[in-house]
Amino acid sequence: MVEWTDEERAAINKIFGRLNYDVVGHATLARCLIVYPWTQRYFGGFGNLYSPATIMANPMVRAQGTVIVHGLDRAMKNMDKIKETYAELSVLHSEKLHVDPDNFRLLGDCLTINIAAQMGETFTPDLQAAWQKFLQCVITALGRQYH
Amino acid sequence: MSLSAKDKARVRNFWDKVSHQIDAIGSGALSRMIAVYPQTKTYFAHWSDLGPDSPDIKRHGKVILGGVSDAIEKIDDLKGGLINLSELHAFQLRVDPANFKLLTHNILVMLAIYYPNEFTPEVHRSMDKFFSRLALALAEKYR
Repeated sequence: MVEWTDEERAAINKIFGRLNYDVVGHATLARCLIVYPWTQRYFGGFGNLYSPATIMANPMVRAQGTVIVHGLDRAMKNMDKIKETYAELSVLHSEKLHVDPDNFRLLGDCLTINIAAQMGETFTPDLQAAWQKFLQCVITALGRQYH
Repeated sequence: MSLSAKDKARVRNFWDKVSHQIDAIGSGALSRMIAVYPQTKTYFAHWSDLGPDSPDIKRHGKVILGGVSDAIEKIDDLKGGLINLSELHAFQLRVDPANFKLLTHNILVMLAIYYPNEFTPEVHRSMDKFFSRLALALAEKYR
């Protein structure tokens, strides 16, 4: 099981406390679809994703971004049992959505970039280290039920 | 994923905006890589201080980003332009090339911190492509 120091817990809570889930969710999913265009393969039903402008304007992208950040919120609220919390979500991503788990890292990196842009220098190296440790736990848990 | 003319233009234009901050970006990126990916400390065991204010970190961050600036000038032929740097990394430094993306990730984080408005998804995409090509060119001489 992952061990969290008090500082790490505080860092994760601090970061989530600063986030507007709708705004950062939207910006993150859009950025991922733009920077790593092959990720669009999972969003065939989302309609127009032909350009950065249409991706940003797409209401389904906006809505799904919010869903994703609320999913991360659940991990934050269950930091000591992320694997259990995400068991069903892992099965969903593997069996139903068929998402290559490497894409979790790509989305996570885009989220880190958006947080860095929002928080500026208050996103210190120590905060970033805690945040990326949390992301790695989330990514591992999401990939755990793949076979 | 080769660089289109648009990618090169975006990289050059963006780098013009950021170039006066490259010392801070370099040392910030290096400190963050060491903090976030502790295994990278193995390459810096000869420095006693690996904190963000370490003079070695500051100096080396400047060296690295100077290398990036130089690579941008050679963007039309990264492989040819970076032969010497590739040989240095391959034969002397022997940095596992898997680490290149750990450092470039943190350079991107620093760019987002300092230029939140200019570091748009399109600029991010072009910079990410450029760093992938740079890493490939750096690894050219490894084997």
